[in-house]
Amino acid sequence: MVKVKLYIGASSPAMTSEMKTGDWGTEWAFVDEEKCIGCGQCVTFCPEPCIELVEKEGRKVAVIDHDYCKGCWMCYTVCPVDAIRMETKEIYKLEVC
Amino acid sequence: MSLFGPGHGACPGCGFPIAVREALDALDGKVIAVNATGCLEIVSSMYGRNTWGVPYIHSIFENSAAVAAGIEVALKALKRENEAHVVVFAGDGATFDIGIGTLSGMMDRNHNVIYICYDNEAYQNTGNQQSMATPMGAATTTTPVGKNMPGKMGRKKDMVEIAVAHGIPYAASASIAYPKDFNRKVKRASEIKGSKYIQVHCPCVTGWGIDGKLTVEVAKLAVETGLYPLVEYENGKLVRVRKLKKRKSVEEYLKIQRRFRHLFKHPMGKDVLEELQRIADENARKYGLDA
Repeated sequence: MVKVKLYIGASSPAMTSEMKTGDWGTEWAFVDEEKCIGCGQCVTFCPEPCIELVEKEGRKVAVIDHDYCKGCWMCYTVCPVDAIRMETKEIYKLEVC
Repeated sequence: MSLFGPGHGACPGCGFPIAVREALDALDGKVIAVNATGCLEIVSSMYGRNTWGVPYIHSIFENSAAVAAGIEVALKALKRENEAHVVVFAGDGATFDIGIGTLSGMMDRNHNVIYICYDNEAYQNTGNQQSMATPMGAATTTTPVGKNMPGKMGRKKDMVEIAVAHGIPYAASASIAYPKDFNRKVKRASEIKGSKYIQVHCPCVTGWGIDGKLTVEVAKLAVETGLYPLVEYENGKLVRVRKLKKRKSVEEYLKIQRRFRHLFKHPMGKDVLEELQRIADENARKYGLDA
């Protein structure tokens, strides 16, 4: 009997790593770890989700995965302490002469 | 690992991934997801790039409710109904227009299914065509603004009321601006046996003509102006309403969206603005929104 292996798709979250959406936007979000209070607002609202709360030096701070960050500014607008800043990617910083 | 994403193809600033993730989290991933055709299906189930961490089935536009009903009956026949909740994720086109027949049938037979409609107020997947969920005055590609017509004529269909009229045990409306509220509503729905209907308001960046960063603000304004009341019905009785401290004027919500910008210049725009304000006032009176 020949066994056929089917790729069912669902329940294999590893496949999501095939598409790196981090190169879509022109900006990336960065977290100011000094200011971050670890409230998790950005984690809730990130549509990707590419933000995680990570334990660092005894407190929780948000860490952004730039492999997937599309630069939508959502985390920037919901942050209660303005700990997130948006920066243009290096390749889009053009010098006009 | 998250149960939905990362790596899906939704536009930056899209609203519904928040709703989908919040729903899957609320049910601890004990979900069999049924997904009608629409934006959500397109962005999350590309070949080889599936972003769902739960069992998933894609149905066509009109039969997502029927497919979910079939799964629920099959689980019952196999005596495995305690293993997962059957959850439908369908857009407003699939719910309000095309799939209302099968949805009505599902509610009539009272299948144990949670039906979540992500309402982005038009067929945004194919490029902003009007659906019955499109609010009055919105410009879409099928209701363009011209000399005789200031956007869509006729008002948005009240689907929550239609669901309540079926006599289902639970119906609610939610918004992605309040994810914790939506999470609680999904949890509450999972405790009840029978058909549940939850409608969640999700802004669309391209169709509505808003910037990605305004998504949460626009969703919040829709609730705060009274145009999208957050209500909760249990067994036909209104049990909970999100009260508003100070109801804002609808113009605040309309002026930041491109689909409504003609209302402020069009000769017939003033009538539409007045009508929209009247709808908001009517909602406030009907549900007692003003605290």
